[in-house]
Amino acid sequence: MIAEAGLAALWLATGFALVQVLLAWGAAKGADQAGGPMVMAALRRVAIVQGLLALAAFLLLVTLFVQSDMSVLLVVENSHSMKPLIYKIAGAWGNHEGSMLLWVTVLAISGAGVALFEKRLPRGTLAATLGAQAAIAIGFYAFLAFASNPFVRVSPPPLDGQGLNPLLQDPGLAFHPPTLYLGYVGLSVAFSFAVGALLMRDVGPAFARAMRPWVLAAWIFLTIGITAGSYWAYYELGWGGWWFWDPVENASLMPWLAATALLHSVSVLATRDGLRAWTVMLAVVAFSMSMIGTFLVRSGILISVHAFAVDPTRGGFILALLGLYIGGALALFGARIGTVKQGATFELVSREGALVLNNLLLSVILGVVFIGTLYPLVAQAAGVQLSIGAPFFEKAAVPVGLALVAATAAGPLLKWRRDQWNALFGKLLVPVGVAGIAFALVFALGGAQWLPALVLGLAAGLAVASVLPLIRRNLRRTPLHLYGMAVAHLGIAVSIAGMAADGAFKVERLAAIAVGQNVSVGPYRVELLGVRPAVGPNWSALEAHLKATRIGSAPFDLFPQQRFFANPPTNTNEAAIATELDGQLYTVIGQGDGEGRWQIRAWWKPFVTLIWAGGAMIALGGLLSLIGRVRRERRDAEEAA
Amino acid sequence: MRLAAFLLALLLAAPAAADSNRPPAALAYTQLPDAAQEARARALMETLRCLVCQGQSIADSDAEMAGDMRALVRERIARGEQPAAIRGYLIQRYGDYVTYDPPFSWVTAPLWMAPVLLLVIGLLLARRLFRRRGA
Repeated sequence: MIAEAGLAALWLATGFALVQVLLAWGAAKGADQAGGPMVMAALRRVAIVQGLLALAAFLLLVTLFVQSDMSVLLVVENSHSMKPLIYKIAGAWGNHEGSMLLWVTVLAISGAGVALFEKRLPRGTLAATLGAQAAIAIGFYAFLAFASNPFVRVSPPPLDGQGLNPLLQDPGLAFHPPTLYLGYVGLSVAFSFAVGALLMRDVGPAFARAMRPWVLAAWIFLTIGITAGSYWAYYELGWGGWWFWDPVENASLMPWLAATALLHSVSVLATRDGLRAWTVMLAVVAFSMSMIGTFLVRSGILISVHAFAVDPTRGGFILALLGLYIGGALALFGARIGTVKQGATFELVSREGALVLNNLLLSVILGVVFIGTLYPLVAQAAGVQLSIGAPFFEKAAVPVGLALVAATAAGPLLKWRRDQWNALFGKLLVPVGVAGIAFALVFALGGAQWLPALVLGLAAGLAVASVLPLIRRNLRRTPLHLYGMAVAHLGIAVSIAGMAADGAFKVERLAAIAVGQNVSVGPYRVELLGVRPAVGPNWSALEAHLKATRIGSAPFDLFPQQRFFANPPTNTNEAAIATELDGQLYTVIGQGDGEGRWQIRAWWKPFVTLIWAGGAMIALGGLLSLIGRVRRERRDAEEAA
Repeated sequence: MRLAAFLLALLLAAPAAADSNRPPAALAYTQLPDAAQEARARALMETLRCLVCQGQSIADSDAEMAGDMRALVRERIARGEQPAAIRGYLIQRYGDYVTYDPPFSWVTAPLWMAPVLLLVIGLLLARRLFRRRGA
């Protein structure tokens, strides 16, 4: 019954989405007529009900997984009654159909959120926005119903299911997709706002202020999702890498880059009424990147470690939806952008100028990642098999990224509209000095190569520059979003410092040793005390007992495992990682050679934790900003009332 | 006791994960004694694709073929071969697909030009924003 109820909820949601589009059309046309407010109120309610119905369908699917209902095909294919509860729940979205349902659910709930909370936007623009949101939802509901129905029954039901990919059986990864999807699909609101504003010819500060909290919220989730995903890959894949330029990683990076650019340009539009066309374009691009990312991941068109749900036949359907929505939005942009007046102007040396530079450089990086990710497909069409990976992305994107870091340091020190070169140089004196000293120290004394030394220098300079806007201010009266900016920019400095330190100073030791022998890695001596079997709820393992000793501190034990999962049969590495203030000791056990020796892989990774600490700071900065903006909007609304 | 027997069976079945029962080549999982040579080998391995994996370099894969390729790279580096020559050898053997650093050719020219082109187009677009200075 539950599966049928879930399917019914989906169809009902589709029906409500259709009604929502029609009502939105009516409300946008007759926004100023007598019945306007009534139609508007109905539209809001329909959007909320549509969100609740999608949520109900999703929760019913989770229920099927929790109950291990083996009469449902999706549960059979992706779950097993012996699995721990958390992975039964996570199994609901650890597959193609379930993750698409989650995707649509977030889309519908975002629309409901706009209907519920958006009070200040002109009625017509809000109506058009809700209509656009529902129009996107209809396409993806259709995709679920016709190409990816998660509620299909199987008859006769088998005795038990086939299990979830063991790589996905990890607490971090269980909540990685929902976080990422809140970000991915949260950007749909920005897209719908942009379409709504274009339709109603209402591109201006009010529209930007309405859109800003949504962009910020989505961006925070994306930041957390990417940071957590990177850490997951780091500890789960067992080789100490934390970013692989894998197509699926790129698919999450592209919306983040676009959203980062968007959230800077939307500020210019909201406070200074500049960059109108750019902001609209970026809003369209950001969600387009989310949809393209979904297409890349879900169609399995690219070979990747993450392509767990591979089904190219569904790719055609998503591709058609992509063409429809992205093409439609771009056509609307082309048709209407001529009527959008140039906003307020500004000089080259100004806060706006720095934000344009930010937009430009982020867009170039986005373009590089986009082309690098899709180029192998193009080459394949021309009959050439190519691989594009880290070497290309590092050569092409890192220089632009470093310029962007420099701009990040300088931008917040500039005045709005007009500033002087001399004033900028004066303010940058201290950060540039710090950067120079840090570079020289790392390069000359630390023995690092010039590129990591340069990155560490820039990080030090950015760290200083990012707190400068707070200096000589009354800190209690400083608006929260200014703190948010400082924390987020500081987070970038912290994160890239971690990347450079890991790149320049990591030590790797691969060895085959017998019990009683040891290897030295960085400041540690790691001794193999024994290898023994271990067992968990649905796996068994080989577990090494290692003792790590470092001069001047107490020795500690590490227990890396090689796990064997029976359903489906798979091996995974469970690295044992010890976190110290100055870095991480990362150990892995490999195979035995049958003569009493075991492969031990060990890395000393100085300050590597800064990468994710910085990511968390960036998200925290976004959160402070969001709280500050929402509070200020609310206060303004009260004053206006 | 039954649990112990079960675990023992699993331990013996451990190589099921590997592609064959052959033990991995020595240099697949151990480093070269010379640190400078190992650094060169490592840098090269990070840019070579594991052909049987999904989007991993041979430097971070547990697949047997990745191990064999690591051993090959380390052996040749130890013999004094240049990384570029080893890459060339592997490209000859497996095609351009094996390198994550696509060689410049007519096919890849647009790819390698893309960053510069994007920057120029962006600058031209941005210039229009500033031209109306003081207007």
